[in-house]
Amino acid sequence: MRFSENLPVKQKDFKMKQFIAFVNKEFLHIIRDNRTLLIIIGIPIVEILLFGFAINMEVQNIKVAFYDPTPDSVTQGISERIKQNPYFSNMGNAQSMDEMEEAMRKGKLDLAVVYQQNFQENLVHSGQAAVQLLANSSDPNRGSIAATYASAIIAGYQRDNMDLVQIPFQIQTENRMIYNPLMKSSYMFVPGIMGLVLMIICTIMTSVSIVREKERGTMEVLLASPLKHGTMVFAKTIPYMVISFIDFIIILLLSYFVLGVPVNGSLILLFLVALIYISLTLTYGLTVSTLVDKQVNAVIFSAITAMIPVLMLSGMIFPIDNMPGVLRSLSVIVPARWFIEAVRKVMIQGQGFFMIWKELLIMIGMTLFLLLLTVANTKKRLE
Amino acid sequence: MRKKVIEVSNLTKKFGNFTAVDHITFDVDEGEIFGFLGANGAGKTTAMQMLCGISMPTAGEGRVAGYDIIKENELIKRNIGYMSQKFSLYEDLKVWENIRLFGGIYGLSEKEIADKTDELLKRLDFEQERDTLVKYLPLGWKQKLAFSVAIFHEPKIVFLDEPTGGVDPAMRRQFWEMIYDAADRGITVFVTTHYMDEAEYCNRVSIMVDGHIEALDSPAALRQQFNTDSMDEVFRKLARKAERF
Repeated sequence: MRFSENLPVKQKDFKMKQFIAFVNKEFLHIIRDNRTLLIIIGIPIVEILLFGFAINMEVQNIKVAFYDPTPDSVTQGISERIKQNPYFSNMGNAQSMDEMEEAMRKGKLDLAVVYQQNFQENLVHSGQAAVQLLANSSDPNRGSIAATYASAIIAGYQRDNMDLVQIPFQIQTENRMIYNPLMKSSYMFVPGIMGLVLMIICTIMTSVSIVREKERGTMEVLLASPLKHGTMVFAKTIPYMVISFIDFIIILLLSYFVLGVPVNGSLILLFLVALIYISLTLTYGLTVSTLVDKQVNAVIFSAITAMIPVLMLSGMIFPIDNMPGVLRSLSVIVPARWFIEAVRKVMIQGQGFFMIWKELLIMIGMTLFLLLLTVANTKKRLE
Repeated sequence: MRKKVIEVSNLTKKFGNFTAVDHITFDVDEGEIFGFLGANGAGKTTAMQMLCGISMPTAGEGRVAGYDIIKENELIKRNIGYMSQKFSLYEDLKVWENIRLFGGIYGLSEKEIADKTDELLKRLDFEQERDTLVKYLPLGWKQKLAFSVAIFHEPKIVFLDEPTGGVDPAMRRQFWEMIYDAADRGITVFVTTHYMDEAEYCNRVSIMVDGHIEALDSPAALRQQFNTDSMDEVFRKLARKAERF
């Protein structure tokens, strides 16, 4: 089904016209479909905010109140420290335990700090004084974290004032969690979100847009036209490549300005990593489009073979080192694994090209493999 | 003698053990309106796809628009128009955007496209619909537009696969007027149809049964041959032989 290309000189011009006309059409499809457009632009924003804030172990704005029946310099010192901590917002002093309970029941308080009577006196005489941390556990996670924060602050106060009091005193604190200003979690998530979002857009959208032509019958008309299959497929990937880069930039900006994740390495290198990964996922979209005939199947197939592995096996959520052997070997064939690793190295660790060439080479290899698979499959369909 | 724009001999297409098209031989003259009739599954669409260069024949040979259907199918594609059974325009594009797209695919320049678009919309009396999304047009209009787009690049031959399916008789008449217009301009029309009254509009018709061409002549000659006064009857007599369902 090939004709040797000894055609007029105008051939190149002809192909360019076709290409431009087709890219134009693809952009129009996307622009006309408001819902898809919203998803394409919305996905990175939602994902970043979701993983950056909602799925975050960090608890902020803990509403705290104090009940101190016999104020003294120690209790005031402790209270002052808690009040000044940026994670807490002070709701004032309660006059009675009843008042405190009432506020907590109404959800106006996350944490109540209750000192025993004659706190300082007890501390000086017996070396022990008790402070109760009552956490509102209607949100158990928030409650326990609030209590942990407060006990950490109290422990800090105790450490700093050891000398002043001279007698070692004890305030019971439980440190179930390490005090972790969880910026660390967004360091982990941002590369993962990039991997996920680009996969969704490139693989799902591209495969669906090709399969849609088959389903609606427009593919037949295109096949009967002088438009080459290769030109069509290449033209189809262009808009998604553009959108992928826009999304990539949105994620970068959001993670820098909102989550405070720095770009420690070269920005150009980061874009190179993205370009290679985008080419890979686009090619995978093309592969999917040769395997299915219905849009629904394209979505399901892409979701199962592309998205779930990104979530489960790429190291985005579950560390690869903790996986059982079988899954760890399986993760080797997940493209996002290599992308995420490369992005982490460049973005977070600030490493250079020579530390990520292996990841890049693997991704390029995967792209070529899928490209061959796609071409082989396409030939069969056209006979 | 008129020039032949389609000549095929012993064209055959097999899918595994199934022979969809079985050694068909015929030719079509330049400027002719050629009706390609047959029941569902008789092999019409497959035969047409081979002529358009979409599908590779298993055996046989042929030339379409002067080019070999096996070796030069890419050149054939430049010289034909094609309107598929399913609706062949993009519903989410505007009228003029659809025209521009196909103009571009057939390599027309921006200026040619713009001029011809104006002229086409005026001729169809579609000027006020230029910016309408195709999905909002009534079915009959869509089909007229699809036909106009299929012949926008002035092909030598236009292939129409059941172009009037689901359209009311008045609209079908209008559609056939457009087909006559195209034929008058020298475009050969190759059309498949279910409607026997439409067969009467063709210069010549062929009737396919089970992958074979069972009859081929002008409607009048066929009626005479089968000793009846309607094409419907001719078709029914032939279709009775069919073993495929």
